[in-house]
Amino acid sequence: MAKVLMKGNEAIGEAAIRAGCKNYFAYPITPQSEVAEYLVKRLPEEGGVFVQGESEVAVGYMIFGAAGCGERVMTTSSSPGVSLMSEAISYIAAAQCPAVFVNIVRGGPGLGGILPSQGDYFQATKGGGHGDYRLLVMAPDGVQEAVEMTMKAFTLAEKYRNPVMILGDGLIGQMMEPCEFPDDLKTEATNKDDWATNGMDYRKSDKRNLVKSLFLDPTELNNNNLILKAKYDKMRKEEVRYEEYNTQTDYQVLIVSYGTMSRVCRTSIDLLKKDGIEVAMLRPQTLFPFPEEAIYNAATKENCKSVISIEMSMGQMVEDVERSVKGQREVEFYGECGGDIPSPEKIIEIIKGLL
Amino acid sequence: MGKAFSRPESLSQTMTHYCPGCTHGIVHRLVAETIDELGIAGRTVGIAPVGCAVLAYNYFNLDFQEAAHGRAPAMATGIKRVRPDLIVFTYQGDGDLASIGMGEIIHAANRGEKFTTIFINNAIYGMTGGQMAPTTMPGQRATTAPTGRDTDATGMPIRMANLLGELVTPAYVTRQAVLKPQQINKAKKAIKKAFEYQVEGRCFSFVEVVSTCPTNWGLTPLDSLKWAQDNLIPYYELGDYKTPDED
Repeated sequence: MAKVLMKGNEAIGEAAIRAGCKNYFAYPITPQSEVAEYLVKRLPEEGGVFVQGESEVAVGYMIFGAAGCGERVMTTSSSPGVSLMSEAISYIAAAQCPAVFVNIVRGGPGLGGILPSQGDYFQATKGGGHGDYRLLVMAPDGVQEAVEMTMKAFTLAEKYRNPVMILGDGLIGQMMEPCEFPDDLKTEATNKDDWATNGMDYRKSDKRNLVKSLFLDPTELNNNNLILKAKYDKMRKEEVRYEEYNTQTDYQVLIVSYGTMSRVCRTSIDLLKKDGIEVAMLRPQTLFPFPEEAIYNAATKENCKSVISIEMSMGQMVEDVERSVKGQREVEFYGECGGDIPSPEKIIEIIKGLL
Repeated sequence: MGKAFSRPESLSQTMTHYCPGCTHGIVHRLVAETIDELGIAGRTVGIAPVGCAVLAYNYFNLDFQEAAHGRAPAMATGIKRVRPDLIVFTYQGDGDLASIGMGEIIHAANRGEKFTTIFINNAIYGMTGGQMAPTTMPGQRATTAPTGRDTDATGMPIRMANLLGELVTPAYVTRQAVLKPQQINKAKKAIKKAFEYQVEGRCFSFVEVVSTCPTNWGLTPLDSLKWAQDNLIPYYELGDYKTPDED
């Protein structure tokens, strides 16, 4: 189909519908309220469900309830709202329900600001809620990728019976870009009769289903955590996605950057190339699972002297980059997170300082 | 001669974990009888709270989801909105519903979500071990109110049925008790009515049930019934606080 010019937030809403998700629950928060404002009009056209919850806490459990009875469901929010949803996210992961959460990240901590940030990396990839769970986290670098990742998220959430998070930022939510909605990313929802509380009559069974996260017996709790861990290990094997840029050259510096920040880095790499300086970038598209092996391989290429993680945070992903490089190269960091996105010139200055 | 009294099909044959004299078992039975009589077991989803009734799903032969503390009405909203054909009920205690879950219950009721809430009010936290609840009576002792509830510092007990009855959105809101056989019969009628309103797709329905907690009250089961009748019923007056028919 033809490309359309859409705002990121609206494109994410449309992508959910195109992926076959007809259920959306949310609470307003800048900079992503346009998703709700778009879907409140679009979902009725599709016979879908739109509910504005009384808080992000409640929305988290509306998602849990809907996911628990086997329906595709999504919410979108921004950083402080995702903190409130994190309670439910932990329960949803523990109870093994598929659901899609979109975080259009704004500056933090606290009320922070409403401009773009990547300050929720830890929250998204390391927890946020309590207990041993992980989210499959995808980080788009623009509107088109936000569309594709949102559409894929439902399939992945069902494959793993685990919440999937799209980690965008205020820029991706607010900017307009041409995008298209690939038909082949629309999938049929999986059959959930063996676990969902979709009604015994509905699934023609006299065996009831239970969606729960309480395991008072220590062996049972440990077993549930082993089941979750096995899923996360499988994600590490099967779901790592990343993009390389300028890695075919004899680069001296490897940038690791994701999302909006990676687009600035790409411009810097192009400008440095004109000066005869080769710099490469590895852009994680999945933040969990993290492309550890690819980063190690790119970092240890013969002429690569140093690795730098460039983020709109005070240094979060850099810890995973260090872990991936395993001490084979120096790992540097540069970041800003007030809401101003570092300029290509600033990145060039930082890179030149490493040479 | 056929059986005059037997276990409802919607209840499983399981040893109870509830304490001797606890009235959860009575209310479970009333809910299960109602579900059997309405023939809705195959399309019913229950939501267990956090508290003593978190294990309610061990006793009901029904699809069940387990919520976090206080969040059952939000979960019920999620289920009922995406599957309006399902019959959804939450079963919550007073710590769960009237304290941590106050926001969720008020807003679900005010949106007119078409599910049913069974609210067990025994004026104390049960499972965590007898702490003060928003429903604890003035002067009533609790582990976090060892000399009795001080209303200067903690306010007066919250009357949930009264509060929800004030909402303008149509609903069925009633307060019942299970301290005497006559009360149990009335409570059964109210619970059945609550589910019927849902089956008809009419409104949110809420049945508060004044109950006992012998263990945490430090009373025998019989003394608990008497204490509740003498102390709770005068403050938590029984009756309908709202019916959709009057709106």
